[in-house]
Amino acid sequence: MMKIWLRRNFSALMALSPALLIVLVVYVGCTIWSVRISLTDSHILPSDHYVGLHNYVRLLNTDRWNTSVGNLVFFGFMFIIASLVTGTLMAILMDQRIKGEALFRTIYLYPLAMSFIVTGLIWEWILQPTLGIQKMMRNFGFAHFHFDWINHSSTVLYTVALAAVWQGSGLVMAIMLAGLRGVDDEIWKAARIEGISPVRTYISIVLPMLGGAIATVTVLLALTVVRLFDLIIAMTGGGPGDSSEVPAKFIYDYLFDHQDIGLATAASTLMLGFVLVFIGPWQIWQWRRDVRGAGR
Amino acid sequence: MSRARKHLAARVAIYTCLIAMALFVLGPLYVMVITSLKHMSEISSGNILALPHIPTIAPWLVSAHKLSAGFLNSVKILIPSVIISIAVGAIAGYALQFWRLPGASLLVLILLIGAFIPYAVFIYPLVRILAFFGLFGTLTGIVIVHTTFGLPVMTILFKNFYSSLPVELFKAARVDGAGFWRIFASIVFPMSTPIVIVAVILQVTGIWNDFLLGLVFAGRDNMPMTVELNNIVTTTTGTRFYNQDMAATILTAAVPLLVYLVSGRWFVRGITAGAVKG
Amino acid sequence: MASVDVIGVRKAFGHVEVVHGVDVTIRDGEFVILVGPSGCGKTTLLRMIAGLENVTSGEIRIGGQIVNDLPPKMRDIAMVFQNYALYPHLTVGQNMGFSLKLKKASPAEINSRVAEAAEILGLQSLLDRYPRQLSGGQRQRVAMGRAIVRDPQVFLFDEPLSNLDAKLRVAMRAEIKELHRRLATTTVYVTHDQIEAMTMADKIVVMHGGIVEQIGAPLELYDRPANQFVAGFIGSPAMNFLSGTLNVKGGTPHLTLADGAEVPLHKAPAGSDGRPMVLGVRPENLLVAQEGLAAEVGVVEPMGSETQIAVKAGGHALICLIRDRLMPKPGDMLRLAPEPAHVHFFEAETGRRIDAV
Repeated sequence: MMKIWLRRNFSALMALSPALLIVLVVYVGCTIWSVRISLTDSHILPSDHYVGLHNYVRLLNTDRWNTSVGNLVFFGFMFIIASLVTGTLMAILMDQRIKGEALFRTIYLYPLAMSFIVTGLIWEWILQPTLGIQKMMRNFGFAHFHFDWINHSSTVLYTVALAAVWQGSGLVMAIMLAGLRGVDDEIWKAARIEGISPVRTYISIVLPMLGGAIATVTVLLALTVVRLFDLIIAMTGGGPGDSSEVPAKFIYDYLFDHQDIGLATAASTLMLGFVLVFIGPWQIWQWRRDVRGAGR
Repeated sequence: MSRARKHLAARVAIYTCLIAMALFVLGPLYVMVITSLKHMSEISSGNILALPHIPTIAPWLVSAHKLSAGFLNSVKILIPSVIISIAVGAIAGYALQFWRLPGASLLVLILLIGAFIPYAVFIYPLVRILAFFGLFGTLTGIVIVHTTFGLPVMTILFKNFYSSLPVELFKAARVDGAGFWRIFASIVFPMSTPIVIVAVILQVTGIWNDFLLGLVFAGRDNMPMTVELNNIVTTTTGTRFYNQDMAATILTAAVPLLVYLVSGRWFVRGITAGAVKG
Repeated sequence: MASVDVIGVRKAFGHVEVVHGVDVTIRDGEFVILVGPSGCGKTTLLRMIAGLENVTSGEIRIGGQIVNDLPPKMRDIAMVFQNYALYPHLTVGQNMGFSLKLKKASPAEINSRVAEAAEILGLQSLLDRYPRQLSGGQRQRVAMGRAIVRDPQVFLFDEPLSNLDAKLRVAMRAEIKELHRRLATTTVYVTHDQIEAMTMADKIVVMHGGIVEQIGAPLELYDRPANQFVAGFIGSPAMNFLSGTLNVKGGTPHLTLADGAEVPLHKAPAGSDGRPMVLGVRPENLLVAQEGLAAEVGVVEPMGSETQIAVKAGGHALICLIRDRLMPKPGDMLRLAPEPAHVHFFEAETGRRIDAV
């Protein structure tokens, strides 16, 4: 019985073996390993001496970590809401049977093709006060014009969010526009006959129908937030001070510069937990729907 | 106001918004290009939006020279990574969709969640594993890393595409006498052209634009262009040559921008398909 | 060509058993149709014969050889699918020759066999086209061509006509039957359409809820259904059922309905006096008479050659089919009596047929 089964499925198992190996070694193995290290007193070198939650206590007493988490949450809310609003408005405008739609689309989406490093470097250049927009306005004669947000710890996150929205709102626009185009024309006709204004129709009828698209986009944007690293490196380097530090950079620095792998893996475990709590249920729901649908 | 005038006003407002947004989106690209064509003296005295008085291509030549090694490294990383990650994903997606194997759905679940786990979680153990096999800091090592992190999206992308094909095609091929690899090679893969294009776009832009993985795993000898660009721009001491920096930035962005312009609508399909189900 | 034997076959998906022990014997060259409502297990059974599903227990033999563990390609079968399953990136000719190519036949042999099959089906002019350039009927024919080219032991058809419009379906029905007459290859054909089954099959296997309800020639099933399910499934419009209690009064049996109305009968099963019973009468055997069951006319549907009348009688909704140009109006009262030679009796509890004496 076993033999027959193996013979029949041998090729399929062979085909899956690279994927299986990666999943077992990296996605399962490395995760467990990483969590395990976080429970030991590893510093420069890994250690087998378990210290329970000691690293987590240390982590939560590390100001830079707490700042990083706070920054990420603040940035995340700003970035996701601003991208959703801008992108959705752009999609609605694009949906008004406009001329030159292809051109506008090409323009709006090109930032998506660029690396966050590139995005960060351009915006850093535009926003830094000595030669950027501030200087230009002062040259025009506004001698007291101030625009140096990137240099102040209370405002630097806004500039990072600005650059991220510049890059990310095109994605929202593309997905929302596809959603809008998928709405049955009859809905629009019905709304017109009932005398509902176009603005009202969008707000009360069409956008609620796009719940799935909005959820997808939000998950994608959230992924960008959690992985935020390159943009910070290129744009602010985490500064001024710790004011634009983020968890991914914290982990990187503690792994490679401070060589405190116990603390770094504790931080990565917390991030993992955060992702599992927020994205896990959504993905499990999708997966269950899929498994059921694949019955036959 | 008459209906026609009201209509006209609305149209004007719509186009004004669209054009304003387009200018905002294009602005940085414009600034990059003109700055890269200016002399340093003009940059430090002039204004960021002004066209260059005396254009120069010298900064481009300097940057191209500085980045040539990074460019070659990126190409060397890109080609095998794209091919291998797509091959592994396509075959895994096919096996998962068409062959009922025990535990297959659990594998899919891990991939669905794995697509969202921050890289930071894997970095340290992965460095150790690659170092153990002597692959840390090698071209093979970074290709393995890109294949690894491309696996969830690639597998799910292909699996979803295959789930939209009628399963009877696969059954007919089995009755016709084709085995696992033959069905893949003669029936399934030839029908996969659209999704392969999407996958290529996703992987080319994704891997070219990668910074963190290249920084950690590629090693000094294989440093990709993004890492080299960042080193040139942010770690130089002394006077910064903004014109060279901007030229270097444009050069780094050139490959994915070209992919974007050539692929057009496929690119949109790519980024939306990258949504890992939606 | 070969016989196909299905012996005590069961199929379970996980813990859910969907085929509960099926026995079917198909003789060499026979055209057998598996018919039943959706979910009855007919498609699963066909797929098990094809080797696309594993058999949980029992045996399947093709030409006497047990094939339970053989993959599809080693069973020497060909299959036609509901959605045709034509390979979209291959031409008609390549589609038809694909299996021969896999068997490493020479190009000359492939060409001649494809040409032969194309001629049988009138596809000669379409060999270089792609499936998307064909009409539904043409695609159907290519799918059959792909099967014919292989010259298999057994043809398997999985609802092949469901995607065609009504007119084309009738034409293809005749074509498939004619094809079977010419090739005389053993054929197993699955459909949910009892008319297809009646018109095409040598032998029909009626399935329901994972078991075989009855096996027999079309008219055998029509004239002597083994149970109430088969009686109701075969024939259109469906057979009328009247449930009540059988009483023998003064030598003539009657069926007393729930509301006390009586249906006079000429004969009844032995020893049935006082037993609950279901009486089955086909619409064309329910005649308008001088005496009989009082019925109120509902909808009247004249179709030219015959007229279908829906009536209410004794708490039952009944259909009668009459050939006279009788045009009752809704609300009219009629008297109905079953034709004595064409009544069926079924046990009330089990639904099994009981023969009258």
